[in-house]
Amino acid sequence: MEAYFDNSATTRVFDSVKDIVVKTMTEDYGNAASKHSKGVAAEGYIREARSVIAKSLKVEDKEIVFTSGGSESNNMALVGTALANRRRGNHIITTNVEHSSVYNTLGFLEDQGFEVTYLPVDGQGHLNLSQLKESLRPETILVSAMYVNNEVGSVEPVEDIAKVIRENQPQALFHVDAIQAYGKYQIRPKRQGIDLLSVSGHKLHGPKGVGFLYINEKVKIKPLIYGGGQQRGMRSGTENVPGVAGLGVAVREMYTDHQAKVDFLYSLKDHLMTRIKEVEGCVVNSQPGRESAPQIVSISFEGVRSEVLLHALEERGIYVSSGSACSSNHPGVSGTLKGIGVRQDLLDATLRFSFGMFNKKEEIDYAIEALKELLPVLRRYRRA
Amino acid sequence: MLYQSFLIKYAEIGTKGKNRYLFEDALMKQIRHAVREVEGDFAVTKETGRIYVRAKGDYDYEDLIQALKRVFGIAWICPMFQTEERDFENLKKEVVDYIGRAYPDRHITFKVDSRRADKKYPLTSEEMNRELGEVLLNAYPEMKVDVHHPQVMVHVEVRTMVNIYSQMIPGPGGMPVGTNGKAMLLLSGGIDSPVAGYMIAKRGVKIEAVYFHAPPYTSERAKQKVVDLARLVARYSGPIRLHVVNFTDIQLYIYEQCPHEELTIIMRRYMMRIAQAIGEETQCLALITGESIGQVASQTVQSLAATDQVCHMPVFRPVIGFDKQEIVDIAEKINTYETSIQPYEDCCTIFVAKHPVTKPSVNVIRRSEEKLSEKIDGMVKTAIETRETVMCW
Repeated sequence: MEAYFDNSATTRVFDSVKDIVVKTMTEDYGNAASKHSKGVAAEGYIREARSVIAKSLKVEDKEIVFTSGGSESNNMALVGTALANRRRGNHIITTNVEHSSVYNTLGFLEDQGFEVTYLPVDGQGHLNLSQLKESLRPETILVSAMYVNNEVGSVEPVEDIAKVIRENQPQALFHVDAIQAYGKYQIRPKRQGIDLLSVSGHKLHGPKGVGFLYINEKVKIKPLIYGGGQQRGMRSGTENVPGVAGLGVAVREMYTDHQAKVDFLYSLKDHLMTRIKEVEGCVVNSQPGRESAPQIVSISFEGVRSEVLLHALEERGIYVSSGSACSSNHPGVSGTLKGIGVRQDLLDATLRFSFGMFNKKEEIDYAIEALKELLPVLRRYRRA
Repeated sequence: MLYQSFLIKYAEIGTKGKNRYLFEDALMKQIRHAVREVEGDFAVTKETGRIYVRAKGDYDYEDLIQALKRVFGIAWICPMFQTEERDFENLKKEVVDYIGRAYPDRHITFKVDSRRADKKYPLTSEEMNRELGEVLLNAYPEMKVDVHHPQVMVHVEVRTMVNIYSQMIPGPGGMPVGTNGKAMLLLSGGIDSPVAGYMIAKRGVKIEAVYFHAPPYTSERAKQKVVDLARLVARYSGPIRLHVVNFTDIQLYIYEQCPHEELTIIMRRYMMRIAQAIGEETQCLALITGESIGQVASQTVQSLAATDQVCHMPVFRPVIGFDKQEIVDIAEKINTYETSIQPYEDCCTIFVAKHPVTKPSVNVIRRSEEKLSEKIDGMVKTAIETRETVMCW
């Protein structure tokens, strides 16, 4: 049996996504900027995707800018607003459990003379709102926080954060990294007070190499990429028609019968969290049920190094990740796990199981049985 | 294209008496192998004491030089002008043309160094030097003669053909691979063992390699890294056959039966035994390791003695007296360093004890190994039989 539980790293695309990608690569392969009918056809796919996405967020079409994915969206949100607002102030606030595409981009901005405050989170991965309030200052131009944490699935109280910003320093913009949240939650940026929202296509059964940034029309932002002036000058470069069209179809699928899909993911999560109790020496780092995201379960296994367990599971066709896949090429332990206070000896013993629409309950049962067999053997041999 | 021909000079192999043709043939074979990856069509030929590489038509000059700089046995690479026309009047014209092409800015000091392999040539070397110098001074008044420290030494060789060259690009030295038998390299993912393989290959030794893989404790990526390293070394050594041995069961068995602080040293002894057994099967005459005295617990003189004791083949440890930085310098030069430092765990470190023995006594280790007697021979046999081989080039 194969059990792919690494959907927060990336997902298999929906078949409907594959079909439209093939079609826009082989039949309607025009350049969306071309004046002839091939170009118009291509542009039609972009318009359609933009409209589907804008509706899913209840925002205007023109507030969606397509990018090459989550990292570019985060880069654009942070660097673009910092550059456009630097005369108003040079202070940015974030948390210490952000994804590296936020964390390292802010590091770049620090080199450019911006000041960044990194707020700690509590055991549930939540930002402390009174600390946020204390950190906000007249020169604060931006607050950036993730909606769903990619390592443990904790959900930030985005509305509360927006409220604190609005009541204290309303000039500060609010950027939300929703890369693990979009598709799983009904997000309403305008109602929730979100000014900028980053999304990646391949986390929700769309293609890799495509994503978008929602930019509230009132936000002052500078583009990162200059050139032919596509996307109203906000993001030059020939439009990625297959990627964007695929993303649009993935979004439409995810948000059709959305509640049922979310319930399905929660049922997988609940099943794993129930059955993992049968396995000895496990500590679940994610909040149960609806208290955290539907698709992510982080589990620490006492006395086993995560990488060894990962490879042992892989031999049985079970694919998981240690920490987050995006950062697992780097040595050292996860900032998030440390941030939420996971025991020192478990930092390097933690796996992330993340679900998608193609998973089945039986796959979880299969993984539980594999863990029951593998763990005693692996625990017998360890570093002295 | 400025140059169509290259004179390849070799140092040490010129001195090998009656075996000389073997060395020359091996060098030609290695050159042919090396230029295969360069864009263009090349002929490699020899004439007493000289090997020539000639390009037929267009080729990539930089790539060719880089490829030749990786062929052991080459002392110098000299881009040259070559002509069959030996008449001295014509030769004068060619030398002037050559300098005109090769040195657009002729504010240089020079000296002509002529050689005649053919002693029946109408002029002596001295006469040639004088006349060619004069012709050049007349053609390019901005040039000056300096017989002691010329900026440009114009070499003119009259053989069956005439060779004119003035540039000498250093090659890697050493001896052509294939002239000195074959040895088995214990290749890990680290910095030292690829360097060790490179150094022994430089002495003309053909390389086979063995890697100990311990799934699930070491990953597919760790194995891929070792294949990548073997490929990088193979750019110098020629193709390397890599034997990937699954070592997990042996390692776990040692872990269960023997004192933990002796695990690494006992493991090393089994790695040597297995490498030697595969070496015997593949006509290797020696083993190669990247050990350096005192670098880690398993590389103290006592530990080295204890590992050496299981081998009857000679064990070459070319970096034995090198400091880490000296090894890193070579790794950077041969382009293996970047790959070596990718952070994938290898099987030597996964169960390493906090305080491994640093001064093992051979007798104590032997007694510990007796505890393995029940199953170990069968496990070693299985490991050797089930090995996977990967051609790396």
